[in-house]
Amino acid sequence: MSMRVVQPGMLSLLQDSGRQGQHRLGLSNGGPMDREAFHYCNRLLQNSPASTAIEISVGGLQLETLVDTYICLTGAPMPLSINGQDKPLWEVQRVCAGDSIQVGFARTGCRSYFGVADGFTIEARFGSTATVVRENIGGLQGRSLQAGDQLPCPTTNARKQYYLAARDRPRYQKTLTVRVIPGYQQGHFNRVEQRRFFGSTYTISERCDRMGYRLEGPAITCDIEGVLSEGICFGAIQLPPDGQPIVLLNDRQTIGGYPKIGAALSLDAARMTQLVPGSSVHFAPITHHTARKALELARRFTLCKPLQERR
Amino acid sequence: MVYFGDVMDTQTSARVQAATRAIEHVMGEDLVDLVPSYASVLILYNPLRTDHLSVARRIRDVVSNVSAPAALGHRTVVLPVYYAPEVGADLELLAERADLPISGVVELHTSAEYRVYAIGFAPGFAYLGEVDERIAAPRLATPRALVPRGSVAIADRQTAVYPSVSPGGWNLIGRCPVPMFDPDVQPSMPVSVGDTVRFEPISRERFVTLGGDLA
Repeated sequence: MSMRVVQPGMLSLLQDSGRQGQHRLGLSNGGPMDREAFHYCNRLLQNSPASTAIEISVGGLQLETLVDTYICLTGAPMPLSINGQDKPLWEVQRVCAGDSIQVGFARTGCRSYFGVADGFTIEARFGSTATVVRENIGGLQGRSLQAGDQLPCPTTNARKQYYLAARDRPRYQKTLTVRVIPGYQQGHFNRVEQRRFFGSTYTISERCDRMGYRLEGPAITCDIEGVLSEGICFGAIQLPPDGQPIVLLNDRQTIGGYPKIGAALSLDAARMTQLVPGSSVHFAPITHHTARKALELARRFTLCKPLQERR
Repeated sequence: MVYFGDVMDTQTSARVQAATRAIEHVMGEDLVDLVPSYASVLILYNPLRTDHLSVARRIRDVVSNVSAPAALGHRTVVLPVYYAPEVGADLELLAERADLPISGVVELHTSAEYRVYAIGFAPGFAYLGEVDERIAAPRLATPRALVPRGSVAIADRQTAVYPSVSPGGWNLIGRCPVPMFDPDVQPSMPVSVGDTVRFEPISRERFVTLGGDLA
């Protein structure tokens, strides 16, 4: 009862909603970079929200299903085909044993989520199936998918064929405003530096991965070189001595000593992970209160759009 | 983030630990995770269950009442180490800089008791302090691409055992055969924050017998 990996593509990782509460062992969170697309993948499939799916970066995944089930692909627009026939994303599709599933390369954005009914059945490590390659934890032996891997999943013969209307799907663009909650070392960046940071355009560099995104743009100087190593939250924006910001993400190290100007709002940090190198980012300061309202709005609106049913 | 100072010392670290337990208790289900370090605790909470003001109030209440326990009932963990240039690429350089024989460096490294100040960077990586000033050494200008698992190393006045193969810029002085992180056993780490660690010199033969890898 499984799907077989024919081609893993650029980088395909098994991910559930992430590993929580294990920072004291030095374990990172892992989990889907674009939580919204991951959420819709499971929601469309009528799965529990943390079910294990495949995060496909850039594209190129090919699978052969050995079970009858339902699948769904959400996120960056990567062409999906079943037995050579094009199929829409953001929609539950029926597949039968022997079918060949191909995911092409993203036209915009760079991450998509491939789910099956009831999720892949993967053994949890430290409470989660999330793959963190750097830690060699989660997924299949802590590594990315390889050709020949068998991904266990159950046979399912009853699922509503939901889809998300085109107008309700996120658009993946080449520019993004990232809202930032100023942080504990903000005072070490003088007003001129802060104005420069919030007034400039930064470009996503080639050095962007699941640990963090390095940006390039006007250098920001800080009056300290570092702090005694301390915990790092998701979205923290570090400024190492070269003054180029690093936004820390799902697979970040749990503690570090570079000064931080603030933390990107989690929603925006997640959106940023759909940007490819060369895309541009602006930073905008917000208060805790505004941040909380934005999260509340996302929960009530962005993640709750009505699903349509194909009959 | 709650700060208890800006230096590495036992008193501050003891307060961090006491506060970590108190915060865990007062935050209950609103807590997502805690990251205690040398002199700070990072509190990660669920903003959809509670808000910044409520968290700040609760934390302020408990933190003001936290005092470092006079005597900490923590364990002392003894870690065996094979000290030799074949597994400690920087041992000779450190000895030369300190104007000591290699045995002198080993003597200084093994005679001290270290406190586990923080765990992080990578799974099972424990930051231990403080190393005798005479053998303290700055990080390498260019980090090594591959540091073998079990490597015992020094950076400034900190020392650590690399739990797995990784890149690293600390000065290597020996190797420890005890796994620092094993996801298949409970507990997965031999030490936790606040524990005391001592290093014990062992021979090459003993290192191999204990399952150490010389490669």
